[in-house]
Formats: sequence, structure tokens, C-alpha cells
Amino acid sequence: MTTAVSFRSVSRHFGDVRAVDSVTLDIAEGEFFALLGPSGSGKTTCLRLIAGFEQPTSGEIAIFGEEATAVPPYRRPVNTVFQDYALFPHLTVEENVAYGLMIRGEGKAERRRKAGEALEMVALSGFGGRKPSELSGGQRQRVALARALLMQPKVLLLDEPLGALDLKLREQMQGELKSLQRQLGITFVFVTHDQGEALSMSDRIAVFNEGRIQQIGAPSEVYDRPETPFVADFVGSSNVLPAAVVKTLTGIHAPASLRPEAITLGDGCGLTGRVTALSFLGAATRVEVQTAEAPLSVLVPKGRALPGIGDTVTLGWAPDALHVMERGDG
Amino acid sequence: MAEAMTARASDVLWRRPNLLLLLLVIPPLLWLGIVYLGSLFALLAQSFFSIDEFSGLVSYEFTLKTYGELFRASNFDIILRTLLMAAAVTVAAAIVAFPIAYYAARYARGRWKAVFYLGIMLPLWSSYLVKVYSWKLILAKEGILNWLFETLHLSWLLNAYLAIPGIGGNSLSVSWTGTFLVFLYVWLPFMILPIQASLERVPASMLEASGDLGARPGQTLRHVILPLALPGIVAGSIFTFSLTMGDYIIPQIVGTSARMIGQAVYQFQGTAGNIPLAAAFAVVPIVVMGVYLTVAKRMGAFDAL
Repeated sequence: MTTAVSFRSVSRHFGDVRAVDSVTLDIAEGEFFALLGPSGSGKTTCLRLIAGFEQPTSGEIAIFGEEATAVPPYRRPVNTVFQDYALFPHLTVEENVAYGLMIRGEGKAERRRKAGEALEMVALSGFGGRKPSELSGGQRQRVALARALLMQPKVLLLDEPLGALDLKLREQMQGELKSLQRQLGITFVFVTHDQGEALSMSDRIAVFNEGRIQQIGAPSEVYDRPETPFVADFVGSSNVLPAAVVKTLTGIHAPASLRPEAITLGDGCGLTGRVTALSFLGAATRVEVQTAEAPLSVLVPKGRALPGIGDTVTLGWAPDALHVMERGDG
Repeated sequence: MAEAMTARASDVLWRRPNLLLLLLVIPPLLWLGIVYLGSLFALLAQSFFSIDEFSGLVSYEFTLKTYGELFRASNFDIILRTLLMAAAVTVAAAIVAFPIAYYAARYARGRWKAVFYLGIMLPLWSSYLVKVYSWKLILAKEGILNWLFETLHLSWLLNAYLAIPGIGGNSLSVSWTGTFLVFLYVWLPFMILPIQASLERVPASMLEASGDLGARPGQTLRHVILPLALPGIVAGSIFTFSLTMGDYIIPQIVGTSARMIGQAVYQFQGTAGNIPLAAAFAVVPIVVMGVYLTVAKRMGAFDAL
């Protein structure tokens, strides 16, 4: 398996701010890789380091085995879909898509043909003559995608490409992006702050916080076996039990993650507490329970009996549902 | 009582927003309509009259004779000279202004942005005449520029330049080059600010996208930055071009005795008493600007607005 992008203890500091703090990372060829984290966690800076818009303060970046640190963006085999799409307002859709070919000096007929094909791939045939300002957000997003893919990059970088779209369109584009990636076999590196998006689309996820990678792994790994309390809370908003509580339950002194959907009400093997709030989520209801040890969220699927606010309930879970995070530093 | 009156007036205006709009718009409309357009049409009308060569009186009969006089060699030279100067000043201003505007729009932040605005605006606060006279001193034979060339043992270079017919002269302050330099200095802010404003609206991601798609910085400049800055450059050039065409003080203080349109208008309507010819001369810049704007619009200079 070839490594598409590799970071070796890469840091990028802006003055005193450590935007990226000694990150080591390997992205395999053909992988759909998500950089997940809250805003300001360093995920976008990592993407910009791959694209070449930022230079690392220290460390080494290689793209397909070639040292990339001193290579300017216009010579890297990667292309970017920008968060704001960055379409050129003075050019038509077709000219935007063929911009890279024009720069490369390809003939006009060739440019038209390839741009036509690329627009067809993103289902925008016939829009070539329009200006970007005449397109909807979703259409602009596709134009940006076609423009980047036409350059046949070895790695496609996507900076929160779905952030500006509404929910319905976002779900549709998630599916389309995923199938496009499978079809083309190109490595996709995808920046997002939406954990649901990262879980549903990626082969692997790197979870970022404060410039550092908290965990790298497949979506199910990151979800089921979070390594740090931050990951547990950020991915799927798990209950994080403090180390002292975990010690009384298991004997190990370390924080633990307990998924809200893994807790059942009534058949007590664990803790008891008082219900403080209920929120209806559609397929389930979130019940907030204040126990003596910690506040816990419980997800009760539709159809089960719900307690009332102020009721005292007993909480239970399967033994393996409690995931102890021995590396409890995040 | 007075309070009740203003309250009632406010209520009336709130119920009839159009009345408020009318009250707001009428004064400037009167100003523009009567004072500005009125005098413009009066000027236009004058240019279709002619002057009686024997009596020196204006004969109020429609004629194109005065316009014909514009094409007499001595008059046509004035027009040509002025257009050439305006074009040279505009091109030079755009070249000098662009890097400054680019720096201000892309890199200057916080305090440096304030320094930039101050640096651009400060010259505009001092009197135009003071600036022109100080330039006369800078460019004079005893001035600092001459001194600098002497100190650097480069006087021969300056002298060789001044020996060039047309743009040279006895010293810089009485040369065509001197007039050009002062125009360039005085109108530069009017070029920098619009270009800066247009560059300010180009997001950084646009330039990154260009580089990402394989464009070297020079290609990005040509294919992305310049087209997007064009409305600003055109706006700035409208200022520099028209201000140079109409000015009659700078060429009088710094430069040769050869006249520009502004001076011709000033003399024909004053000492010579030839109001029709002065009016015809004054129409020239208006027509030129009209043509210029039409061409700019055709070229798509305003598409990105």
C-alpha cells in the first residue's frame, strides 16, 4: 500500500499559537480520509499544509514519497475544493473548470471538450456558459469539484465542502462524493467539523483538538473505542465518566466513555439518579439523569416507556459498553 | 407644544415614506439639476455661437464654425498635447499605484492599514497650490533633485535627459517631464484608493485556487488579479484622466509655455474674451470622457462590479 500523504512531526505556529502541533500522520493511496475537529483545532491548517498554502514551522511533509516542504502549490500533484468554492467571478463556468488546462497551455478545443466531460460528471451539462453568480450553492460546489478533478490530482483536498449547503442537499452530496471517490480511486482528504459526516463517509478519521491528533482510526473504532475523553465527547457526544467513578465501578483509575444509547433505564446494575430533562429527537428521546457521581445522558428509543421529570431511575448497561480510556490525557 | 409638533411630523413621515424620500432628494436634485446641468447646457449652447472677428462681439447664431476652429493646427496641438499628457499620467499612475494598493489590500493589517490610509490621504489635506509650489522647488535647478544627481556624480545623466527635445528643457521645473511628475504626484491617491477597494474584495482563496490549479504567481496576476482589479483601475483612470485634462494651474506653474486645454479655456474666456471658443474647448474633455467610458464598458471593465 502506497502512502499518499505523510506528516512527520509537523508543526505550524502562528506567533504563539500552535495551530498544528507535532502531527504525525499517514494517509494511504485511495483512502477517503477525514480530518475531524472543532473550529480552531488545526484540521484546516493541516489541509493547507498539504496544498502548500502554508509552510510547516518544523517537521516534514511528503506527497507520494516526495518531500513537499519546499514545493510551491502550483507544482504539487494535489487540488483543492475550497470552503467558499473560490470560483473566479469574471469567468464562465466552463472557463472556470478549464482554468488549469488554460494555464497549462492546452488548446481551446481540447479545453472545451474536457470541461464538457467534467461538467457532465457532476451533472451540470449545459451550464458551461453561465457565470458562477448565476448558480445555486450546490451547483457552485459541483463546479469547484469538477474544476479540481479535471486536473487529475493524486490527492483531492476538500475543505468543509458541504458546510454551506442545507441539510437535504448535504446528505445528497455526501453520497455523491463517496461514490465519485470509489469510482475514481483518488485519495480524498476531507476536512469537517461534522462528526456525523465524518463517520458516514470516511474510511479513516483523524480527530483533532488544539492542534494535536487525538486519535486516528476507522469510524467504528473511533466511535466505539475512543482513546481520549475529548474524542468520546466530540464524536457522538458520549458520557465521559470521571476516573474516580470508574474506579468504583471497575477498579481501574481512568476516565471511561459510556454511549447514551448503550444505557437502559430500569434494570439496574449501575447507578441511580433523578431525571432532570427530556428532549425529543424523533427516533429517540434524550433523557438527562443527574446521578450522585456524574450527569449522564440516556437515549431511549421510540416506543419504550419514558420516565417523567423528577422521577428516580436506575441505569444499567452491558459490561462491555463501558469503554475505559487508559490514555486519559486529552 | 413644539414636541407635539415634531412628534406629529414624525408620524406623518412614517406613514408616508415617499414624502420623506422626496424631502431628502429635492435639495441635491435642485443642485445637480439647475446648478450643474444648467451651467453645462449653458456652456454647450455657448460653444455653438461664434465671435465676430471685427467687433470681437459674440454673435448669437447657431454655427459649427467655433468647433471648426478647434482643428486649426495651433488649437489642435493643445488638445493633442493634453490628451497625451492625461494618458501618460494615467498609465504611470496605474503602474505606480498598483503595487501600493496591492500591499494595502493584501498585507496591511491594523496599524499598518491606518498608516497606509494616512499616507494616502495626508497629501490631500494640504493645499494643492502648496504641493505644486513645493514640487517647483524640488524640480528647480537649485532644487534637491539636481543636488542629488550632482552628489551621485550623475549630472551628466540628468543633462542628457533634459537635452531630449519635447520632454526636456532648461531644468526639470520648466520641462514637460516636470509637469508630468507633478500631475502624477497630485492625482496618485485617486488611483490608489479605487484599486485598493477593488483588490480588497478579492478573497485570498481566489488567489490560492489559481495557484492550486497550477498557475505561477505571474499567471495568477494576469488571469485573476488584474481582471478583478480592472473596475478599480478604470475608476481610478477616470479620475486621473479627467483631472489632468481639466487642470490649468499645474502646467502654468511647472512646465513649458506650451498650453493645455485648461489654460486655453482660462485664457479664451478671460483675456481673449472668446467665450464660444473657450466653451468649445471645454466640451472636448467631456466628449473624450464619454468615449472613454463607452469603450471601457464595452471592454467589460464594469462587469465585475
